[in-house]
Amino acid sequence: FYLTPPQVNSILKANEYSFKVPEFDGKNVSSVLGFDSNQLPANAPIEDRRSAATCLQTRGMLLGVFDGHAGCACAQAVSERLFYYIAVSLLPHETLLEIENAVESGRALLPILQWHKHPNDYFSKEASKLYFNSLRTYWQELIDLNTGETTDVREALINAFKRLDNDISLEAQVGDPNSFLNYLVLQVAFSGATACVAHVDGVDLHIANTGDSRAMLGVQEEDGSWSAVTLSYDHNAQNEHEVERVKMEHPKSEEKNLVKQDRLLGLLMPFRAFGDVKFKWSIELQKRVIESGPDQLNDNEYTKFIPPNYHTPPYLTAEPEVIHHKLRPQDKFLVLATDGLWETMHRQDVARIVGEYLTGVHHQQPIAVGGYKVTLGQMHGLLTERRARISSVFEDQNAATHLIRHAVGNNEFGSVDHERLSKMLSLPEELARMYRDDITIIVVQFNSHVI
Amino acid sequence: AAGMFLRLLSDIQWRAANPKWRRMTSSRRSTSTTPEPHPVALPAQAQVVICGGGIIGTSVAYHLSKMGWKDIVLIEQGRLAAGTTRFCAGIVSTARPVSIELKMAHYSNQLYQQLEQETGVQTGYTKTGSISLAQTQDRLISLKRVAASLNVMGIPCEIITPKKAAQLHPLINIHDLVGAMYVPEDALVSSANVSLALATAASRNGVQIHERTSVSHVTVQKGRVTGVETDRGRIQCQYFVNCAGQWAYELGHSGEEPVHIPLHACEHFYLLTHPLKEPLSSSLPTVVDPDGRIYIRNWQGGILSGGFEKNPKPLFTEGRNQLEIQNLQEDWDHFGPLLSSLLRRMPGLEAVQIMQLVNCPESFTPDMRCIMGESPTARGYFVLAGMNSAGISYGGGAGKYLAEWMVNGYPSENVWPLDLKRFGTLQSSRTFLRHRVMEVMPLMYDLKVPRWDFQTGRQLRTSPLYDRLDAQGARWMEKHGFERVKYFVPPGKDLLDLDLSKTFYKPDWFDIVGAEVKCCKEAVCVIDMSSFTKFEISSTGDEALESLQYLFSNDLDVPVGHVVHTGMLNEKGGYENDCSIARLSKRSFFMISPTDQQVHCWTWLKNHLPDDSNLTMEDVTWKYTALNLIGPRAVDVLSELSYAPMTAEHFPSLFCKEMSVGYANGIRVMSITHTGEPGFVLYIPIEYALHVYNEVMNMGQKYGIRNAGYYALRSLRIEKFFAFWGQDLDAFTTPMECGREFQVKLEKGMDFVGQEALLEQKQNGVYKRFTMFILEDHDTDMDVWPWWGEPIFRNGRYVGKTTSSAYSYTLERHVCLGFVHNFDEKTGEKLVVTTDFINQGEYEIDIAGQRFQAKAKLYPFSSLFTQRRRKDEVELSGYQRE
Repeated sequence: FYLTPPQVNSILKANEYSFKVPEFDGKNVSSVLGFDSNQLPANAPIEDRRSAATCLQTRGMLLGVFDGHAGCACAQAVSERLFYYIAVSLLPHETLLEIENAVESGRALLPILQWHKHPNDYFSKEASKLYFNSLRTYWQELIDLNTGETTDVREALINAFKRLDNDISLEAQVGDPNSFLNYLVLQVAFSGATACVAHVDGVDLHIANTGDSRAMLGVQEEDGSWSAVTLSYDHNAQNEHEVERVKMEHPKSEEKNLVKQDRLLGLLMPFRAFGDVKFKWSIELQKRVIESGPDQLNDNEYTKFIPPNYHTPPYLTAEPEVIHHKLRPQDKFLVLATDGLWETMHRQDVARIVGEYLTGVHHQQPIAVGGYKVTLGQMHGLLTERRARISSVFEDQNAATHLIRHAVGNNEFGSVDHERLSKMLSLPEELARMYRDDITIIVVQFNSHVI
Repeated sequence: AAGMFLRLLSDIQWRAANPKWRRMTSSRRSTSTTPEPHPVALPAQAQVVICGGGIIGTSVAYHLSKMGWKDIVLIEQGRLAAGTTRFCAGIVSTARPVSIELKMAHYSNQLYQQLEQETGVQTGYTKTGSISLAQTQDRLISLKRVAASLNVMGIPCEIITPKKAAQLHPLINIHDLVGAMYVPEDALVSSANVSLALATAASRNGVQIHERTSVSHVTVQKGRVTGVETDRGRIQCQYFVNCAGQWAYELGHSGEEPVHIPLHACEHFYLLTHPLKEPLSSSLPTVVDPDGRIYIRNWQGGILSGGFEKNPKPLFTEGRNQLEIQNLQEDWDHFGPLLSSLLRRMPGLEAVQIMQLVNCPESFTPDMRCIMGESPTARGYFVLAGMNSAGISYGGGAGKYLAEWMVNGYPSENVWPLDLKRFGTLQSSRTFLRHRVMEVMPLMYDLKVPRWDFQTGRQLRTSPLYDRLDAQGARWMEKHGFERVKYFVPPGKDLLDLDLSKTFYKPDWFDIVGAEVKCCKEAVCVIDMSSFTKFEISSTGDEALESLQYLFSNDLDVPVGHVVHTGMLNEKGGYENDCSIARLSKRSFFMISPTDQQVHCWTWLKNHLPDDSNLTMEDVTWKYTALNLIGPRAVDVLSELSYAPMTAEHFPSLFCKEMSVGYANGIRVMSITHTGEPGFVLYIPIEYALHVYNEVMNMGQKYGIRNAGYYALRSLRIEKFFAFWGQDLDAFTTPMECGREFQVKLEKGMDFVGQEALLEQKQNGVYKRFTMFILEDHDTDMDVWPWWGEPIFRNGRYVGKTTSSAYSYTLERHVCLGFVHNFDEKTGEKLVVTTDFINQGEYEIDIAGQRFQAKAKLYPFSSLFTQRRRKDEVELSGYQRE
C-alpha cells in the first residue's frame, strides 16, 4: 500500500488553517502578522484541540493547543470555554457591567471574542446555555469583587484556568436535568486535557501552560541562523520542580507512591490538567457522582476505577505556570504544539525548519566534485535528495503543515522521505497511535516592523 | 581539468601548424598569468579590423582572406579560441528548422571536413551522425518537418524507429520513444582547433592576428567607421567586424554612436565523464533528446552531455564584471534535472565516474536567430554574434555569408532572418534581454508548433486601444515589440485557455477566426493595424519626387490623393522594401511599410537618398493609430460618421484623403485594406484614436461591426494571393517573379534602381515563380496543417518550398504560397520558369512527410471573390501585407 504525493498532501492539509491579521491602510499595526495551524490525528477521533481568537473588548490575541486524554470531551470543552474565561478576566469593570446589563435587559451582547476557526473546529450547541450561565456567574462575581485595580494579565490567566476547571468540576457534581447534558458534563469532568495558551498584546507575550504541551520562540541570530527559546515548562515527571511541587503538597508517607513509572500515581503522564476529577475529588464524591450518574458512566471501568494509594486529594491542578516575555526584533515566530510534535522533533530543529520555511532561505552548501570519485548515479541520488528537501517547502502553504511533514516524514538525515511519510500516514487506525501521537501545531508569525 | 586538456592540445597544434606564430607568442601559453610584451606592433591602418578570435571571428577572417581581401587585422583580447569557443561541445548539427540556418550548418560541415587537409591542423573532425529522439507524436512531426527540408537539400536524413535508434547507439533506453531522426553526416570537432585551423589559413593568406589586445571602442565619422581604439593603440580602418560573442553588446555600446546588438549571455552547463569500462567508440552518434532537454556525445571514451534547462541562469547583465569565464562555478543542483534526464535516457551510465561539470556561458538573442550584418547607424560596422549555442554549427557558413556581404555588398543567400536590422533600439534594453533570453534558452529544445509566440518582453509597444481591445477578449501576438491582436474570443466562449491552439493540427480558434472572416466578407470588421511602419518624406521643391522616383520601382508621379503600391529594389531587382505610398501633396509622401521593416527601410532610404537639406524624412510610426475597416459595409459606417459621400465615384479605390470622422479632424483615410476586400484604413493621430474607435464601433453596430485580428487578415490576404515581405518576398525576389510586373514603371522610360535586372528578366524570363497552391486532398480536421517551409514537388520532383499558408474559409481549402523553380534534371541548374511550366505540372506539398495534392495557380480566384465587380482590380491582383 503506497500513498501518492497528492494523497499524502490531502491528508496533511485536511486540517490546515491560516489567518492573516488584516492590514489597515496597507499597514499591519499588530505585532502579529498571522498564524498557521494544523492537526494530524493519530487517535480516532483525535483528542487534541486548538483555539485562536482575537479579544474584541481588550487588545490582544489568544492562541492555544489542548491535548486531551481519556477521550476528547474535556479538551473540547476547554477549547470552547477557556478563552471566554480569560477574556472576561481581562475585562475592565465598566465593560463587565455593560455586558451584565445587556444580558439583564435582553439587549444584544457586546462581542467578546472573534474566533479564527477551521471548519472542523466545532462548538457544542447543546451545552452553550449551560456554559454561558457558568461564565455569567463568573463575571457577576468579578463585578462584585471589583477591586478597582487594573487587570494583570498573569493573574487573569491563572484565575481563568482555575475558575474554568472549578466550573467543570461543579457542573459535574450538580448534574443537569437533561440526560444528554448530564452525561456530557460528567464526560468532561472525568476526561482530562492539558492546555498551552499564548496571549499576545503588542510586545507583551504571556504563555500560560498546564501540562506537557509546549511553547517555543523562534529567534533569528545576527548571522541568520535560527535558535529556540522555550517559553513553558513541561509538567511531567521529567520536570524536577514539578515532581518537587507534587511531593510538597502531600504527606511524606505518600512520597514513594506519588510518581511511579514517570506517571502521577503511576497513571497520569501530565502533572497538571483540566478535568480528571478522578485525581481531584475525594473517593466519596467520586463514588456518589458515579452511582447517581447515568448507566453509561457506571458501565465504564475507567471512571469507576479509583487510583491506587489515593489518600489526600487533590493530586492534580489546572493552575498554569505563566511566563512573560517581551518580544524583541529577533523573535520571529512562536510555536505552540502538543507533545505529539515534541516527541519526534528537537526544538532546535523546529526553530530551523520553521525559520527557513518562513524566510524562504535554505542553507545548502553547493556541491563540488573536486577530486572525489563520484559516479553519475551517486550524484543523481544526492541531488534528488537535496531537491526533495527544498521541494517539500514549496508544497506547503502552511508552516504548521510543513512542520508536521517533517515531524512525520523525516529520515535520519533530517530531510523529508516520501516513502516514510507515506507509510506513517497509511497506518491503520488501530496501529497509528503506536507510532505517533496526535499532533497539533500553531505557528504565530510576529511583525518585526512593529516590534 | 578537461578545459585544461583541450587547451594544451590546441596549443601544441597551434605551434606546430604555425611557426611564424610560435615566435610571437612564445612560451607564454603555459604561464598565462604573467603578461609579456607584445613583440609585434599593431599596424597603423588596415582595411578590416575583426574583433574576436573565436570560431566566428576566425571564420570571417578566413573567408574574407579567401575572397581576396588581404589587409585584415584580427584582434583578440585573450588568446585565440579561448572563450565560448574553447568550451563549447563541438557538435556540428545540420538539423535546423530555419532554411538559412540549415544552409549555414551544411556549409560549415563541409568546410570543417576538409579543413585539416587544407591547413594541416588537426581538427578532430569525426563524422558520427546524430540521432534526434522523439518522446511524443508532436515531436516526431517536428522532426519529420526538419527531415523533409534536409532531404530536399540533398542532406541524407531519415526518420527511424526507436529500435533502429537503439541499434545505432547501444546505451539509449527507448521505452518512451515514438521515433527518431537520423542524420548520418553530422559530425564532431574540436571547436578550438577548428578555430585555430581557420586562423592558420587566414594567417597564411595575410591576415594579421594579435592576441591580448582589447578594443576599447570604434570611432565613427559621418556615419562611417574610421578606426578602432585598442589598448595598444589606434588602427585606422574602413571596416570593423564585431565578433565579440557575448561581449558584442557591450562593445557595440562603447562607442559614441552606439550599435545595438541585442544578445545576452546565459550560463550553459555540460558534464564530462571518465571513460566507460568499455570506452565508447569515437564514431558513436551524438544523441539529442529535446523532450529530455539534453544532448549526449561521445568524448574520450566517456560522454559529454549538456542541455537547455527550463530555468536558465542569465549572467553579465550589468556588463563585464570581475567574474571571468574561467571562474564560473559548477552548479550541480541546477544541473540536477538534466542529469536525471540523462540517466533516464542512458541508465547504463549510472556507474560512470564524473570528471567535471563545465560552466560555459553562451549568448542568446531575442528571437533565437543569430545576428549578422551592417549597423544601421555606422556604415562599415559589421556584426556577427549571438549564435544561440550553435556557434560551431553556424560558424563556417555565417562567416562565409558575412564575408560575401562585405566584399560583394550582399551575401549569396537571403539572410534577412539573421539581419541585425530586424532589431531596433527597442530590443536593446538590458532588462528586456535578460528576461527574453531566459525564455529563449529553454526554447532551444521546446517543441515549436505553428504560431508560437514569445511570452516575455511583451507589452512594450501598444496601440492606445490596447486596453479596450483586451477587455473585449483580444488574444495577442507580438511583432517588433508591438502587440497585435490575433483574434477575439467571443464573450462566454471558454476556449480551455487556448491550450489547443498549440498544435500541428486544426487549432481551437478555427471557428472564431472563421466568424471574423465571414464578417469581413459580409458586413464590416475593425482591425487595429497601428504597428505598421510609417514614414513621411517631403521637400521644399521637387527633390522628394525626383529621389523617390529613382528609388521606387513604381511611378509615384500620380495625382495628389492617390495611393501607389510599390517597393524599393536592389540592383538585382530584389525587394528591399515593399510598401504603399500616398501622395499627400505635390511635395510630400506618406509611406506605409511592414512593421519589422522600421530599421531596414529607414536605413535603406538614408543610405540611398541624396544628402539634401531640402529633403526631410520623418518616422511617424508612433504618431498614428491605424484602424482597418474591412468589408462591404465599411463605406456605410464611414459615410455616416463623416457626412461625406464614400462611394466609389467620390472615393475610388487606392485613394487617400484627410477628412473628419466623428468629432476628430485630420484623419487620413485610405481606400485600401491590405486584403483585397473593400474598405478603408484610417490613420488617426493617436489622441483621437479612442474617440474614433468608439464612434466607429457605435455607428457600426447597425451594420454588424465587430473586432477582428491578424489571423483573419492573414487568411484573407493569402487566399487572395497577396505576398508579404519578409515571409514570401525578400531581397532575392523581383517583381517579375511574383507577378507584379504591373507595379513597375518599365515602360515609362524612367531610370530606377533595379531596372536593368528587371529588363533582363523581362527579356530572358525568370528562374522562379511565386505560385499559389490549393491543397486538394488535405483533411482540415484530421491532417497536419501546413505552416511554411514545406517542400513542393512537381511531377514527383522537388521544385521549391512554400513561404506561407493559411486556411481559406471561402475556398474551404488550405492555400499555400511558395516559389517554383525549374531545376535541370541532370545538372540541377536553374532553368527558366514559364507560365506553361507552372500550369502543366502535377503538384504535391510535403507536410511532415506526407504528400498532399495541390492545384497550382498564378492568379487569384478574383471572380469567386468579387460579388460586386469593383474598379480596383489593381489591388486584387497582388498587393501584399503581413
